[in-house]
Amino acid sequence: MAAPKALQMSGSLRAGVVSLIAVWSIIAAFPIFWIAVMSVKEPVDSFSPHPLKVIFGPETLASGKGLSTIDLLIGAGFIYLIAWFSVKKLPRLVNDYSPFNLVFLGWIVGALLTGFIGFFGLGFVLPPLLGMFNSFLGFLGSPIVGFTFEHYLAVWIENEFYRNFNNSLIVTTGVVTISLTVGTLAGYGLARSGSNLAFWILIAALIFRALPHSVLVSGYMPVFINSAEILEPILGSNAPTLYGQPLAVIAVLVSINQPFTIWMLRAFFQNIPSELDEAARVDGCTHLKAFWWVIMPVMWPGVITTGLFSFLLGYNDYLVTSLLLDSQNQTMVPAITGYFNRETTMTDQVEAVAAAVSITAPLFLLVMVFQRQIVSGLTAGAVKG
Amino acid sequence: MKFRVFLGFIAPSMFLMLVFIAFPLVSVFIQSFYTTTTVYENVEVESCTPGFGTTTCITETVAQPLKDENGDLVTETSFVGLESYKNILRLEEAFSDFSWSSLMAIDFWKALRFTLVFTLVTLPLAIGLGLLIALAVNNFTQRLRGQIIFISLLPFIITPVIGALSIRWLFIGDGILTAFLEWWLEMDIAMFAQAWTIELMMMFYRVWHVAPFAFVVFYAGLQTVNNDTLESAVIDGANRFERLRYVIIPHLMPLIVFISLIHLMDSYRVFEEIVGFSSQSYVISLQWLTYEFLTLDESGTRSIERASANSMMTMIGIVIILIPLLQKTWRDHKARIL
Repeated sequence: MAAPKALQMSGSLRAGVVSLIAVWSIIAAFPIFWIAVMSVKEPVDSFSPHPLKVIFGPETLASGKGLSTIDLLIGAGFIYLIAWFSVKKLPRLVNDYSPFNLVFLGWIVGALLTGFIGFFGLGFVLPPLLGMFNSFLGFLGSPIVGFTFEHYLAVWIENEFYRNFNNSLIVTTGVVTISLTVGTLAGYGLARSGSNLAFWILIAALIFRALPHSVLVSGYMPVFINSAEILEPILGSNAPTLYGQPLAVIAVLVSINQPFTIWMLRAFFQNIPSELDEAARVDGCTHLKAFWWVIMPVMWPGVITTGLFSFLLGYNDYLVTSLLLDSQNQTMVPAITGYFNRETTMTDQVEAVAAAVSITAPLFLLVMVFQRQIVSGLTAGAVKG
Repeated sequence: MKFRVFLGFIAPSMFLMLVFIAFPLVSVFIQSFYTTTTVYENVEVESCTPGFGTTTCITETVAQPLKDENGDLVTETSFVGLESYKNILRLEEAFSDFSWSSLMAIDFWKALRFTLVFTLVTLPLAIGLGLLIALAVNNFTQRLRGQIIFISLLPFIITPVIGALSIRWLFIGDGILTAFLEWWLEMDIAMFAQAWTIELMMMFYRVWHVAPFAFVVFYAGLQTVNNDTLESAVIDGANRFERLRYVIIPHLMPLIVFISLIHLMDSYRVFEEIVGFSSQSYVISLQWLTYEFLTLDESGTRSIERASANSMMTMIGIVIILIPLLQKTWRDHKARIL
């Protein structure tokens, strides 16, 4: 429905709105777009003060690494196809093919498959195919933009970034699964109980959410380092040193995230009418059965949203992981400081850029697939009160 | 739901929060009054210098760290009261001549100054920008809204350290934005050579990172503005600005309070910016100070007691931020019971 005439905007205001949105879109996307461009150029081009040189990469081109018009067109088409698929088609497919109670797993599988196809297609299928084309296409096939994957290869293979990726995978998977299991139970209990205790728990959680994480880490540090001695009376001689253990970090991140998780899940559970579990109780379900068979199937959107935010916490964390994990168990985000903190060459700097882009790429895909869930999560706490 | 069933549901979550949040808090509080030091013993060492004919020998008493049978350092923990707090605050030095520069020479006060300025400057900017974008998008064609929200979410979702780095790379050395500023202002600019430019970039990063969150929340709030109220405001002769001032902003007020609170909590723990911009020699924050105490220094020790004392001082700020919120929640709760 069109707005009433009195509410419509004058021409100058409309122009202001359009230009504001245009400027904001550029500011929002530009730094991310720019590091992606920098990461595929030779160092001289990446850190050139001239923006056009960074984009077209003359030095990179001169050293024989470049993309032709055809490469660019087909590559852009492929990326658009993947984006279109993940926004328009993937949600429908996931809903149709997931088993009744496990839509959550369906989403994980769907997102991973899409990401894998995109990565594999861009990295391994298109380059040799296009290489063949380019050789007999004439001027369309001759390189015009400097482009090289060598920094990515250096980061991932030579510097063994895949180990850090693996560690990140372990930590985030652990954080998401445990946090959701523990959090849904508590969120359901809190949403359905009117007791005073529930109120006080929520208040305490709010205070806990405000704590700087370094405060908590200074509490863990001495205990984790000496845990072998502390736990010896209970566990005997095979008591573990918790310092440096991914499992300990998972437990820490889950707990730090609990206050936020239970607040958000409680808001989602409150949206589900309690008549639903009362009906299930009348039919003879226990509370736990009603929770699992009746409430959870309608709760999946909330669980996916909360899971996304838990994932972000585990994936983005720098402070806890850099203090409590030793170097061979290090996750991706703290590992990147190794590149830019030492006195380095230009090549090291560009490799840091490539590592940064590698860390951002999964998040990019995440927003693409789960945009609606992220928005609903951001507004869940605020609008519903 | 029976109380016992309720307890069953929340037990695992409570257990985690008790063990990993409440217990560390208590232990940090206790740690801040104790100090752990390596035990030294005095050893007599005879060192001889061979000379012509005679050998000169000097016997010295040297303090050496004591080691136990496993070769580990022997440490000793003792109660020192407020000693660690004194070491951090250094009150006599800080307020000796009431000059700003002597106060800023002490890490804690330097960090506190930056943390507060950072929090208070970014708060209105983030909320204002978020509201502006929300209003603009709300008056924009329906078709492109999804794409705009997608682009806006990128700065919000990006890893904070990486986000700060991406801004840093635009400015570092002769980065394109520094080059642009130099061309525009026709002067030589080094963005990483003084504190205030680094602070400016950090604040820019934080507003860039938080404004999307404010935008999405406000945008959702704008969808629930009552159209009838707006129309009657028009009939009463309110112009666009008056409608914004007297209808839309009051409607969004709870959301503005909500975002302010979240922003205060989050920007008070500013930390990733310091890492991303490697600014520790110019600008530090309270949380970064605790972090530095916790990392191994050159002698291979961590000053846990200083970190704990610093944490407790940081917590005081959090409590001050939270008091208004807690008061309000308590009043609402009492109103609901009565």
